[in-house]
Formats: sequence, C-alpha cells, structure tokens
Amino acid sequence: MIDLPRERVLAAASALRSLVDRPLKFMEVCGTHTVSIYRSGLRALFPEGLSLISGPGCPVCVTAQEEIDSLLRLSERKDIIIATYGDMLRVPGSSTSLAEARAHGASVRVVLSAAEALQLARETPDREVVFAGVGFETTAPATAAVLLQASREKVRNFAVLNLHKTVPAVLEVLAADSELSLDGFLLPGHVSTILGLRPYGPLPEKYGLPCVVAGFEPDQIMAGITLLVLQKRRGISGVQSAYPEAVRPTGNRKAKRLLETVFEEADSIWRGLGQIPRSGLKFKAAFSAYDARVRFGISDLPAREPAGCRCGDVLAGRIQPFGCPLFANRCTPETPVGPCMVSSEGSCSAAYRYGRGDRL
Amino acid sequence: MCLAVPHTLVEITGPNTAIGRAGTIEVEIRTDLIENASLGDRVLVHAGFAIERLQPEEASEIDALWEEIRALSGTVQHD
Repeated sequence: MIDLPRERVLAAASALRSLVDRPLKFMEVCGTHTVSIYRSGLRALFPEGLSLISGPGCPVCVTAQEEIDSLLRLSERKDIIIATYGDMLRVPGSSTSLAEARAHGASVRVVLSAAEALQLARETPDREVVFAGVGFETTAPATAAVLLQASREKVRNFAVLNLHKTVPAVLEVLAADSELSLDGFLLPGHVSTILGLRPYGPLPEKYGLPCVVAGFEPDQIMAGITLLVLQKRRGISGVQSAYPEAVRPTGNRKAKRLLETVFEEADSIWRGLGQIPRSGLKFKAAFSAYDARVRFGISDLPAREPAGCRCGDVLAGRIQPFGCPLFANRCTPETPVGPCMVSSEGSCSAAYRYGRGDRL
Repeated sequence: MCLAVPHTLVEITGPNTAIGRAGTIEVEIRTDLIENASLGDRVLVHAGFAIERLQPEEASEIDALWEEIRALSGTVQHD
C-alpha cells in the first residue's frame, strides 16, 4: 500500500515510464490543474514522449475581448457599481482595465461570491449593481441561485453581465483539430462535479479520445494521467473518473436544475477559438430583466486583442506560454499584456511563476 | 477559478446558508446547490457555494488504481 502523496507521485512516474512507448499528447482543461501541474513540477517526472498541454481552462482568459469591453463600458456609468471576482480586475480591455477604471473613479468592488454581489445591491438601493458573471459550470449555478433569489426578493437594482461559458462543446472543437492531434483529455474536476460524466460522451464516442476526470493534488493528477495512458495502451476510450469523492457519474442534479431554470444553451465567443455553438449560457426570457445587456442596452462590439499577444494561441493549445515572444519579456504578472498572464489560473502566469525550468 | 476547498458544516443558519469550517477558519457558505445540507457534512466550497458533498466511501476505487500503479512501477528497472 502506498500512502504518502509524494510516494504515490513517484510510483505513478515510474509506472508511466514503463507504460509510455510512443508519443502521447494530452490536454489538461482546467486552469486549477494547470497551476497545480506547474507548481508541483510534474512535467519533469514525465517520461520522454509524454506531453501535457494546457487548454482553455481559465474562465477569465477565455472571456472574449468584446465581453471585457462591455464590462468596462458599464463601469463608466456613474449609476453602476461593478461587482466582480478579483481575477477580472486587471484583465486588459481594448483601452483600459477595471483596475485602471477604478483608479479613475469607476465604482468597482471585488466580491468572493455572487451572493456578496446581491448583498451589495441590497445595501446600495440608490445604485445599480452589475455582477460580472464569469466562470464555467462550477460557477454558473451560483449565479443562477443568486438570480433566483434576487427575483424572489424583488431586488430591482441587481443585474448580471453574463459571461458564463460551458466546457463540453469547446472540447469537441479541440478534439476535431487535426493539427492539435490530441490523444486524450484530463478533464476538469469541479466542472465535472456539476456536470457528471455523460456530457463528455462524444469525445470517446465520436473522436476516440480517452477522457479522465482528476482531482487537483499532484498525486491525483498523476493518477488521472496514468489512467489516460492505460486507456491508450489498452486501445480503449471512455470517460473515467479518478476523483470519485467529488464527482458523481450523474453530476450535481440540483445545481443542474438551477442552471436549467435560469439559463439556456447559447453560442459563445471564446478568446482564441472564436464563436463555438452551444458553448455558452444565456438567460431565459423570464430572467431578461436581470440581464445587464438588456437593462442597459449594450451589446458586445467587435474588439481588438492586445498587439502581439498570443493568449488565443495558448488557450487553443497551439503554443505553450514560452512560445509567445512577449512572455517574460514585455508581458509579466506585473505588466500583463494579455489575460493569460493576469489571472492566477492563466497558463502564462503559472508558467512564469513556477515553470522556468520547465520549457516545452 | 474552479478551485474548491473542503469544509465541514458546523452550523446550519438558514434554508440556504450554513457555517463551514476549513482548518481553523469558519465562513458563511451557501448551500443552495446541495440537497439537505446537514450538520457535519463535508462539502466542497467554490466561490462561496457548496457545490457537492464529499463521498469518502468512494475512495476505494482509487485505492485499487494505486495498487495497479504500484504493481506497474515495480516493473521498471532503475539505473
């Protein structure tokens, strides 16, 4: 029996050395995985031939430039307080960021949950509070719960700028990318807590790709990668969970019901990947009164991404952070050019902070 | 962003609220997303909301995987 996480990591590294006999390229889809992998230096333990590339798993990073700009335009209005998770604060829009807008007088508050944003609306009845609803399936149910509460309690000065995106459809786009030529996906742990395993079915069924949900500790990630390699070795592909304590096969039904009550599937624009059908959420008509785009009459306008920034290519797995000419050069966590260097879960930020000996 | 931290529910404060403890820290969390939140539940908390009740009994599946990994690791010749 192996008990210590460190022993488990080393045992898995040793098992991988015996299992990997040809080039294998997997993608980790979750930003929290990306950070954990860089921070723990797992790549240094991989045998030759095994590579793990980061995907579009940082919600702030995949938020399209035009969506960031919409948020910034709302922040210019004196009657609006923007309530946002802290990660959005320094993301550069076409001309400024929320942090800069705040320095110039905009009302921007960092909240730790959607519930705090609603509380802020109750405490400031003379202002409109717009919550920047960013995040994947892990986060969107909280937005849904709070929106239902606002509706129930008739809080009229609360609205959501809906930036939520959903994961399975974008994985199909990446699975079909012949240049990327992936061998499988390390699936996100907590998105899968909500979704369960079934929504990933097309990845093995249509594209023959092994998929494994993993937890976030280094040993849990190594277990997930080992399962991916075992599927390849055995010539099978399916969706497996190496994180059963947090992921039921059917997901979190209550959270999914909340999502279905408030949202419906919609197309969404992803930085680096463009418009992807069924990869976003929009409010059902009954909740449009809480839709900030409707209430304040704005729509996302075409926007320019920062010159030279290759976040889009990083998010799509086309290059690794070190492949961007701006990386650690003009673009650092102190002077970020693109969102992947801003967000604590961005691949570039993780590579900068932890991965200097880890060039790919 | 999809970071979630295990908490133990130490007080149920309302139909959709509870106090969760992680280490020595106690925070108010929302329980809208889980069924029948109860005292003593171990839950994963993300952005202020409990997103799932942790299921320790399921860990045995993973123990079997680690046994397999250990067996495989023994097949490698080390320098």
